[in-house]
Amino acid sequence: MKTTTYGWLILLFPLLGTILIGLGYKRLGQASGWVASLAIALAFAASVGALLSLLGHSDGHRELTSSLWNYDVSAGVNAKLQVLVDPLSVFMCLVVSGVSTLIHIYSIGYIRSDRGESRYFSYLNYFVFSMLLLVLAGNFLLLIVGWAFVGAASYMLISFWYRRTTATSAGIKAFVINVLGDVGLVLGTFFIFRHTHTLSLLGTFAAAPHVFAHNSTDLVAGCLLLLVGAFAKSAQIPLHTWLPDAMEGPTPVSALIHAATMVTAGVYLIARMHPLFEIATTAADVGAIVGCLTLLVAATIAIVQTDLKRVIAYSTMSQIGYMIMGVSAGAYAGGLFHLMTHAFFKALLFMGAGSLISAMGGEQSLDKMSGFRKALPFTFACFILGGLALSGMPPFSGWFSKDDILGYLLHRGGLFVVLGILGYAGALLTGIYTFRMIFRAFFGDPCAEAVELEHGHLHHAESGFNPNNHELEDTDVGFPGPEHNIAERNWTMMFPMATLGVLALVGGFIEIPGVDDVITKFLRPTFAGSRLFAMEPTTGNAWIGLIVGAVIAVAGVSIAFVLWIREPGASARLQQRLPALHTFLYNKWYFDELIDVLVVRPAQMTGRFAQAALDGGLIADGVTGSGTGIVRAASGAVRRAQTGFLRYYVALMIVGIGGIALYFLIAST
Amino acid sequence: MNIGWYLVVSALIFCIGTAGVLIRPNPMVILLCLELMLNAGNLALVAFSRMWGSDDGQIFALIVMVVAACEVTVGLGLIVALYRRQLPVDVDELTELRG
Repeated sequence: MKTTTYGWLILLFPLLGTILIGLGYKRLGQASGWVASLAIALAFAASVGALLSLLGHSDGHRELTSSLWNYDVSAGVNAKLQVLVDPLSVFMCLVVSGVSTLIHIYSIGYIRSDRGESRYFSYLNYFVFSMLLLVLAGNFLLLIVGWAFVGAASYMLISFWYRRTTATSAGIKAFVINVLGDVGLVLGTFFIFRHTHTLSLLGTFAAAPHVFAHNSTDLVAGCLLLLVGAFAKSAQIPLHTWLPDAMEGPTPVSALIHAATMVTAGVYLIARMHPLFEIATTAADVGAIVGCLTLLVAATIAIVQTDLKRVIAYSTMSQIGYMIMGVSAGAYAGGLFHLMTHAFFKALLFMGAGSLISAMGGEQSLDKMSGFRKALPFTFACFILGGLALSGMPPFSGWFSKDDILGYLLHRGGLFVVLGILGYAGALLTGIYTFRMIFRAFFGDPCAEAVELEHGHLHHAESGFNPNNHELEDTDVGFPGPEHNIAERNWTMMFPMATLGVLALVGGFIEIPGVDDVITKFLRPTFAGSRLFAMEPTTGNAWIGLIVGAVIAVAGVSIAFVLWIREPGASARLQQRLPALHTFLYNKWYFDELIDVLVVRPAQMTGRFAQAALDGGLIADGVTGSGTGIVRAASGAVRRAQTGFLRYYVALMIVGIGGIALYFLIAST
Repeated sequence: MNIGWYLVVSALIFCIGTAGVLIRPNPMVILLCLELMLNAGNLALVAFSRMWGSDDGQIFALIVMVVAACEVTVGLGLIVALYRRQLPVDVDELTELRG
């Protein structure tokens, strides 16, 4: 089979799954989860096939395109349905379909009692299809289509429990911000297309060095607009506020979309567009700085949040900040390596959080959890594995990948040294917030739910409730189902967590400085023309970076240990001593309020003004009002002639005919 | 005989018919008066035909009679329908065309 055929197969299976489940939900019922998982597993198998087939080609021939048909060929536009199979897209396909398969299997157990299960899996397959379309797209057109599909799928999955008002408004928020990113992507494409006159990605990259001067205004503007798209999708400042709210969706959705796949689309975009960003270095610098800011801001917020899922969400933002900073600065291999390991350990943490929240009967607040260590031994182990990988403890995967990025930044010098050092500061915060979460949930005196579970009885809330505002809910369609499922009692949840736990531990071993460089070697053909890709720190420097990273991780975890285990009241005292700082961080740096004042309220005021003045005043009263007024006045005059009396009509007729006859009589003489 | 007398009689009959249509409230009488007006026209047509010595006017008069017969049929049908629906047989009461 040709390599590109695998590319089409990767797209085909999830699409088939979506359609099959969407149309056949009545027959499939509970089986829809298995159908969905099978579809994604087949897509993963096709990805592996593409990988093997790609490895069969020599290094210089690993960028293959294939197109099914043309949408449009006119006026210099050549829009094809085209896929690009190269190391980067295959790498992304492997990560996306691999992690998605596991999350689909996890979902089977997690969402079991929920009504609307088939709808859930249909959406989930549709999301995976969109994401794969995005990474396989061979031209800008298909990239934009995949980009928008992903946003739509995210909206549907966040608002999956559609009777929860908080969930629907979170979905709308995510969608609006994502559309802002879509607009940025489309406009950026126009800026680039104006000069290169081709939509094809490879054609654009080939033409770019000839038509664009270094840092030419149009290219910088185009790349900045592409960055707007990337920031919106990847939740970077200031377009990040949708991601914490998106935690309203089911937990596996958070694991799939808001940790492992969709939010990494921005990272993929920058890596994919690297030939452009290397010419528009100003735009690349902006990307790196924003990534660095995001990773710091998100890490500080994560330290004080009390909602378990939101802590992990902010940690995701922070980790994506590392990736964006990395790929913008030129650490493509490092950024994508971190993308992969992050997909493993963050999906694992979210799955663990799902199990933990189920054990709490739906409650998400860290304030109410404690001492689950004995009650949930498997979930606890997964949290520890994921947490150690996230904080960058050796020899876990996060340690290798994060320090790969930071080592590159320090090696590149100049501005990037500052960013690298800030990245290490963020790593310290990562250790603190990760283990704050773990210590608070699993250590200390067991809470009532944990005690109940230790005696073999899973806590059940008397009725469903919304964990965010504690409104009571029923368990019918549109709300979560009645059953809570924990990993300890469900092999479909346990198997994916165990797999990811192993991957979080060993995932980093494929790229150890001085030992092996699987990722770098595999991705090299895609980045063959890149000046920055080849610029790597020496093995010795890389190991120094790794050791510094390890020390910082140990320091972070130790600080958390002291604050939340050894001196249990210490964090509360610290909070009392710095109330202003705590309030500031607890309110998420007031970004929501800032955007509310700067964007939302002016937009609402403009809307209200436009409705009252333009729609009500100008259109209704002015344009349409005056027109109808004239017609009404004229018809009023004519109407008065219509009395309904027969003799009146007759008299008028006689007068009229008589008048005309008289006129002709006079005129003829 | 001078054609003027024929025309005077025709004009008189026409005026009587017109006055009847304008004054009488009963639709039956109005129909009769309409017939009067039409036949006044016929008389004038025949008189003119005679004056010119041509047949055209007489043929016109025959056609007017046919049309008049049709008109009476429709008119009487309407009046019968009014009776059947027990509506007042008075044109002043039937003012549904008022705007």
